[in-house]
Amino acid sequence: MKRAFLGEFEEVVLLTVAVLDESAYGVTVTQEIEQKTGRAVGFSTVHTTLQRLEEKGYLSSKMSGATAERGGRRKRFFTVTAAGRKALMEVKSIREQLWDALPPQTLQLMGG
Amino acid sequence: MKPPTPKPPRWATSLLDWLGDPNTVEEVQGDLLELYAYWVKTVGERKADWRYVLSALKLLRPLANRKKAESNPFFLHPAMVRNYFKIALRNLLKHKGYSGINMGGLAVGMAVALLTGLWIYDELSFNRYHQHYDRIALVMQNQVVNGELHTSQSLPYPFIQELKSNYSSPFKHIVTATHLDDHILTAGETKLSKRGQFIGAEAPEMLTLKMVEGTRAGLQDPQSILLSASTAKALFGNADPINKPVKINTDWLVKVTGVYEDLPQNTQFHDAQFLASWEYFVANNRYMRDKKWDNHALLIYVEIQPNTDFDKATATIKDSELNAIRHLESMKEEAATRPQMWLHPMRDWHLYSDFKNGVVGKGPVQYVWMVGLIGFFVLLLACINFMNLSTARSEKRAKEVGIRKTVGSRRSQLMGQFFSESLLVVFLSFLIALLLATVSLPWFNNLAAKQMTIPWANGYFGLFCLGFIGITGFLAGSYPALYLTSFQPIQVLKGGGSARLQRGRSASIPRQILVVTQFTVSIALIISTLVVYRQIQFAKSRPVGYARDGLLLVPMQSDDFYGKTALLRNELKNTGVVSEVAESQSPITGVWSSNEGFSWKGMPPGLNERFATLTVSPEYAETVGWQFSGGRNFSKELASDSAGFIINETAAKLLGFRQPVGEFVRWKSQWMTNNVEKQFRILGVVKDMVMESPFKPIKPTVFFLFGSPNWINIKIRPGADAGNALSQIEAVFKKLIPAAPFEYKFADEEYDAKFRAEERIGKLATFFAVLAIFISCLGLFGLASFVAEQRTKEIGVRKVMGASVLNLWRLLSKDFMVLVLLAFGIATPVAAYFLRSWLQQYDYRTELSWWIFAASGVGALVITLLTVSFQSIKAALMNPVKSLRSE
Repeated sequence: MKRAFLGEFEEVVLLTVAVLDESAYGVTVTQEIEQKTGRAVGFSTVHTTLQRLEEKGYLSSKMSGATAERGGRRKRFFTVTAAGRKALMEVKSIREQLWDALPPQTLQLMGG
Repeated sequence: MKPPTPKPPRWATSLLDWLGDPNTVEEVQGDLLELYAYWVKTVGERKADWRYVLSALKLLRPLANRKKAESNPFFLHPAMVRNYFKIALRNLLKHKGYSGINMGGLAVGMAVALLTGLWIYDELSFNRYHQHYDRIALVMQNQVVNGELHTSQSLPYPFIQELKSNYSSPFKHIVTATHLDDHILTAGETKLSKRGQFIGAEAPEMLTLKMVEGTRAGLQDPQSILLSASTAKALFGNADPINKPVKINTDWLVKVTGVYEDLPQNTQFHDAQFLASWEYFVANNRYMRDKKWDNHALLIYVEIQPNTDFDKATATIKDSELNAIRHLESMKEEAATRPQMWLHPMRDWHLYSDFKNGVVGKGPVQYVWMVGLIGFFVLLLACINFMNLSTARSEKRAKEVGIRKTVGSRRSQLMGQFFSESLLVVFLSFLIALLLATVSLPWFNNLAAKQMTIPWANGYFGLFCLGFIGITGFLAGSYPALYLTSFQPIQVLKGGGSARLQRGRSASIPRQILVVTQFTVSIALIISTLVVYRQIQFAKSRPVGYARDGLLLVPMQSDDFYGKTALLRNELKNTGVVSEVAESQSPITGVWSSNEGFSWKGMPPGLNERFATLTVSPEYAETVGWQFSGGRNFSKELASDSAGFIINETAAKLLGFRQPVGEFVRWKSQWMTNNVEKQFRILGVVKDMVMESPFKPIKPTVFFLFGSPNWINIKIRPGADAGNALSQIEAVFKKLIPAAPFEYKFADEEYDAKFRAEERIGKLATFFAVLAIFISCLGLFGLASFVAEQRTKEIGVRKVMGASVLNLWRLLSKDFMVLVLLAFGIATPVAAYFLRSWLQQYDYRTELSWWIFAASGVGALVITLLTVSFQSIKAALMNPVKSLRSE
């Protein structure tokens, strides 16, 4: 099986879902990303990315937790699947390898 | 409490509701609401609104998540398509009767559409055989005569020189020609009368004739002739015709320099069985050169240069003749007609060749429209059948649709199923239609006087067939596909009577509309057929004014005839089979000469009436059986009779004398009296003779003795055997005029030929009407059987309760009768309108009598009744025990 590709934003969303643990759904993910990264993300972008990640098998979801604030509608809570965790780990290890391979003087120049 | 919480824009929410992905719409809307509240708090209401709308818009389905959420197979998945066809085939085989009616009707309709399509193609492709087809034109001339614009193709001789020397720049070829005419061709012992033209040397090149032998340069030598392949075969058999001598009109010696492939029947030059040199014609007819601007006798074909168009070329030559004759003293009268030259493109020769006062008349193009329309209607009728039967049978398929829907079929998939079903039926019907068309083509060719073939090898034809199947399949399948797939599964599966009834009532209305449409078309066609036949009968029963039986017409084709007529007459009468012989100008079935310049006592000033002016010999009266209504015949003994007229009743009415016999008419004509006014005494008045079209008014006619007759009329003695008489007459001609072949026409056959165009329309109309009725009845038959079947239980209960067969029959037939009556009500005014305008073109025409409409209505009603009764009586006779036992 070919390795699934994880886009930059997908990585961010996936990580955020992992961070939020049990309480990850559309609204919390959007707000979390906004607060943590400081970038303005549209809800629709987050929503489609969540959908896509679920299609790819990195996320699973279930519906629950209707509140009056939402007009009685349920939320779709996302959790990271085993495949998702593996993909995240893979990305992390690639990054780390790359960081490790950086020559020390360059690292210094970057203020690291 | 807080002031009312701000609400997100309603429309965005509904939009999302409607177009959002149904699988995620719930949480998306919830999330958005939650976010909205958050946004209102953090960035204010306006920005929140804006963000909400933007997010909602981005989440609409076409933009977001394109993937199908359901794991439904694509509706054109091969497995599905195979399944569709399997079910379709099973359905066809299960209901053989319905399938037969369906496909039979559709096949007949498609065959008709194919035939009419071929016919239209043939009409539209007229003259396309010539490669330079769209650059060839005929030079035409408009002249104002008596305040009316006359259009003619005949041009004066001096115009050739004028055109060639002063106006030649827009033209690639300028080709002069004589009118198409019969000429005698002699090769050795073989003598044939063939139609041909004397034409300029560039003609074969311009017309891109396909030479079988020789070259297109064959006419360069004046003493040469090009023969069509069939003429060459008729003259020389299988021998090589090249360089063989041929005599034209017995004395002009030419040699064959080429043979061209026969021109197809749908070309204007098809009738030209040989082409000879124009130069040679002029050389042999020196008088041609002396003809002035006011004698119109020849044709000029042109091919324009590729860099110009007809309009520009027309503009160039428009006043060419007028400019040339404006200052000529002798051409004052001609110039007064303001001759205008223009180009009539080859592509319009066939369909737009009627000119009335300078404007294109209806002409043959109206028949193209008419036939196309009728072909379309017949096909439509067949499609309606298909729709009606499919929807009527929907009861049977409703459960299938219900099951399919509950199992998870989408509407689009079911539509695909029904469309593929109709495509299958249409495809099978098309195969039958092709067979039918192929089989009936010779007969149709005969009817339409054409030589059409089905262009199997033509790639476009294949393409056309596919398109045709597609369109018909779509037309016929659209209604069932839309209607059947709209069922609610819960209703059909519950199978409750109420649901069925509800559906039945609203569903039967479109069906009824379709039946009414069918019968409207059918009844209109019946009415048209009747009217066309009435018109023909009406004209046929018109008093003719002469006796056609045993009247033989012989054209004097060559000079050999002249001076021998007295001898001929004697010899012919001596055979004993001939009662009288006379000469005349024009055959009795045509008026070939008419002139102006008459004046008489009491004539309204300024009138310059055109009379038919015909030369006859004194025996003419006896030969054709003139019926005198006053006065006497010409007499050979009285020399003064050479200044006498016999006139017909129309002329007598025009002249206005109370007692025309003995009165005088003065006549001054350039052609007939050498421009000198002469006085003629009216000797007798004869009954009007129908010499020209029997649908037109009779021309005022004068008969006289001087002039040059060109036909011999021979009356065979009544009671004589025609075959024997003919061979005796031929023997006399062979003996006295050996150079010319014996050519003759029978007056009655010539007369009957005048009705041919109308009879053809009549036959075509009958053909279409019969088919339309057949197809409509086929549909009705299926529908009636369906209704009877549907109401089996009702009929059973009614019978048990004591209803009689008659009651039941009335119950079942009534509905259909109402529809037919309605159709009759619509068809009558529509048909009346169109037929009235059709009849307008005939001067001598029948009236649209009410009984024609009544008869058509009654006829349609009877046919419907018969069709429906078969089914309804069958249903009414059924044993109720059988129909009720399953309950």
